[in-house]
Amino acid sequence: MQDTEPLATDSETATLQELTSKEYKYGFVTDIEADAVPRGLSEAIVREISARKQEPEFMLEWRLQAFRHWLTMTEPTWPNVQYPPIDYQDIVYYSAPKSKKDGPKSLDEVDPELLKTFEKLGVPLHERARLAGVAVDAVFDSVSVATTFKEKLAEKGVIFCSFSEALREHPDLVQKYLGSVVPYSDNFFAALNSAVFSDGSFCFIPKGVRCPMELSTYFRINAIDTGQFERTLIVAEEGAHVSYLEGCTAPMRDTNQLHAAVVELVALSGAEIKYSTVQNWYPGDAQGKGGIYNFVTKRGKCAGARSKISWTQVETGSAITWKYPSVILQGDDSIGEFYSVALTNNYQQADTGTKMVHIGRNTRSTIISKGISAGHGQNTYRGQVKILKSAEGARNYSQCDSLLMGERCGAHTFPYIEVKNPTAKVEHEASTSKIAEDQLFYCKQRGIREEDAVSMIVNGFCKEVFRKLPMEFAVEAQKLLGVSLEGAVG
Amino acid sequence: MLEIKNLRATVGGQEILRGLDLVVKPGEVHAIMGPNGSGKSTLANTLAGRENYEVSGGQVLYDGKDLLAMSPEQRAGEGVFLAFQYPVEIPGVGNAYFLRAALNAVRKYRGIEELDAIDFLTLVRKKMKLVDMDEGFLSRSVNEGFSGGEKKRNEILQMAVLEPRLAILDETDSGLDIDALRIVSAGVNALRSPDRAIVLITHYQRLLNYIVPDFVHVLSAGRIVKSGDKELAHELEQAGYAGFEEPPGDGTPVDVRAVQYRGA
Ligand SMILES: Nc1ncnc2c1ncn2[C@@H]1O[C@H](COP(=O)(O)OP(=O)(O)O)[C@@H](O)[C@H]1O
Ligand SMILES: [Mg+2]
Repeated sequence: MQDTEPLATDSETATLQELTSKEYKYGFVTDIEADAVPRGLSEAIVREISARKQEPEFMLEWRLQAFRHWLTMTEPTWPNVQYPPIDYQDIVYYSAPKSKKDGPKSLDEVDPELLKTFEKLGVPLHERARLAGVAVDAVFDSVSVATTFKEKLAEKGVIFCSFSEALREHPDLVQKYLGSVVPYSDNFFAALNSAVFSDGSFCFIPKGVRCPMELSTYFRINAIDTGQFERTLIVAEEGAHVSYLEGCTAPMRDTNQLHAAVVELVALSGAEIKYSTVQNWYPGDAQGKGGIYNFVTKRGKCAGARSKISWTQVETGSAITWKYPSVILQGDDSIGEFYSVALTNNYQQADTGTKMVHIGRNTRSTIISKGISAGHGQNTYRGQVKILKSAEGARNYSQCDSLLMGERCGAHTFPYIEVKNPTAKVEHEASTSKIAEDQLFYCKQRGIREEDAVSMIVNGFCKEVFRKLPMEFAVEAQKLLGVSLEGAVG
Repeated sequence: MLEIKNLRATVGGQEILRGLDLVVKPGEVHAIMGPNGSGKSTLANTLAGRENYEVSGGQVLYDGKDLLAMSPEQRAGEGVFLAFQYPVEIPGVGNAYFLRAALNAVRKYRGIEELDAIDFLTLVRKKMKLVDMDEGFLSRSVNEGFSGGEKKRNEILQMAVLEPRLAILDETDSGLDIDALRIVSAGVNALRSPDRAIVLITHYQRLLNYIVPDFVHVLSAGRIVKSGDKELAHELEQAGYAGFEEPPGDGTPVDVRAVQYRGA
């Protein structure tokens, strides 16, 4: 394996040092203060953000509307999570391209615990530096690799770029679809995001095109620091296919405590979007200190007939997660899927689930949710299945399984079902289990260490979801669960 | 190979093994028979190191080493294998995956190179023939949805793959029809070897027609009350366990003061 060869280690360290020292020598570092807007949120700040990004007029208007609406809203209190109040005037809403001069200068300066985790996860060496926030922006080959990918995508007419770039290069497309699935008025955090979002990704697959690659590869190499208010918009035209992968199994270090992202997916007739997430943000320490609050709005619209949107998520990070990837099944015969594994350990809290809104005829949805709680973790599943009057012959199958490890954690399930059409069929199954002593002993008697046994049993529990992940990612996700559960039993 | 001296074990606050002695040498097959509740599974679990089976006295030497000081996975690494009376189901974990993880864990412990997926498959296919299992079982979850007989065959398959030096089979015959009993017995017989010892725990003499033991012991109230050769099993078949029913008390005349002392 390339990343274990000592030669590679040496040369990469050398390159790192070279690059970092260069940065100082030539004074490439821009002054952060000069590039950030003042703390706090006001109309002036929103204008400032838009101006700095040189956005088209419509974008500014939209941001302002969102901001004005946000002022009329209050933070939701219904999720089953607890956290100290957030002071929205104490946040810096824009600080452009983040300089990393305050980060570690080389891998030698990185917390050895973090490095150990990378090793366990098998994160390639060249990615470790970036993930650890080492002060190197150009990470090795990525520029040339990215260019190759970009050419390959362009050949097919696929647009995949940052949100800012999309606003410059494809303003009409952005204007057409932005907010068409998650309007700025949708909820408190979506409104906030709409007003101040910094950047994110834009992806457009034209009619009849099957995206020639998993967008994961490209994304991971190019994952820039998109900050705390990220915005993603994916549009698949008639008959187009795309598989998009967000996130990373490696623990992401971020000093921003509040994250409020918005993801919008639009699938036209016969289109298919598969969106997979592995989220492993800093969950806080074993006592529950620090850690990221992750309040995300993710929604897809099956706008056309026979379209399909599928969310697969593996959530192991964050101190608090609030997230309900949903699908609006508008087109007849459209399909929505939600496959989720959410793990809470130590003092983590997760309130996740999905919403399936059936509008079109013969629409179908499947929900498979696996919640794992360990330590003092609290795991809540909140799912809504809504079948409107128009949804003749709609079907839903929901399955929520919870696995408890230890005595101090909790699992909670809140299914909401609303059926307005008598021909619809809705099935809901739920189970709660514990890792049984006899299962662990059985494994140990066969020579398998307890840690490995736990991870094996948990992975077995999550199998139906992992099966939906892109192959290589499934392997990483399994390792991730193992690492996240270390010390959870025994 | 295995030397059990005056072993006492407590489960749920109750002393179940009450001074058990047994010596097993390599290559030997010992049958342990006894009525329900006499402590057969307790003995098996205690030897395997299960939590909540507290050793309250005595000693167990395995190859001269203190077996009771080892963790369950160390014991497995050292070659102790327990075929469970009630094999557990592990949903979502593939049978082949599990078996390979187990094999590689014990190989690692024994300092042997781990097997890759292909070599493992070759090995396990060969071993499956021993117990007449078809390959479909490899991709199913561990014991999930297996019939009683399939679970027992799966235990013997695991034994065949892990190649233990001391195998303890806890009522591997229970719940088997005659065909399955023949298959399982043939599998076990194929695994008999001069350097492997087998402890067969059973309630019925029937199994011993197929796997002929060198020694037969009768367990009653947590102690071995009679030992003999295979003829003893036939006697038991005639007379039943009536003669060995649990006597009032724990079977041993005890010093009242000692009891009070223990309880204090
Ligand atoms: N986990 C346990 N907690 C309490 N008592 C137990 C437990 N396991 C076994 N026992 C008791 O120990 C005795 C011996 O059980 P066991 O060893 O399973 O017998 P056998 O296998 O010979 O039928 C029985 O009286 C049984 O009720
Ligand atoms: Mg028993």
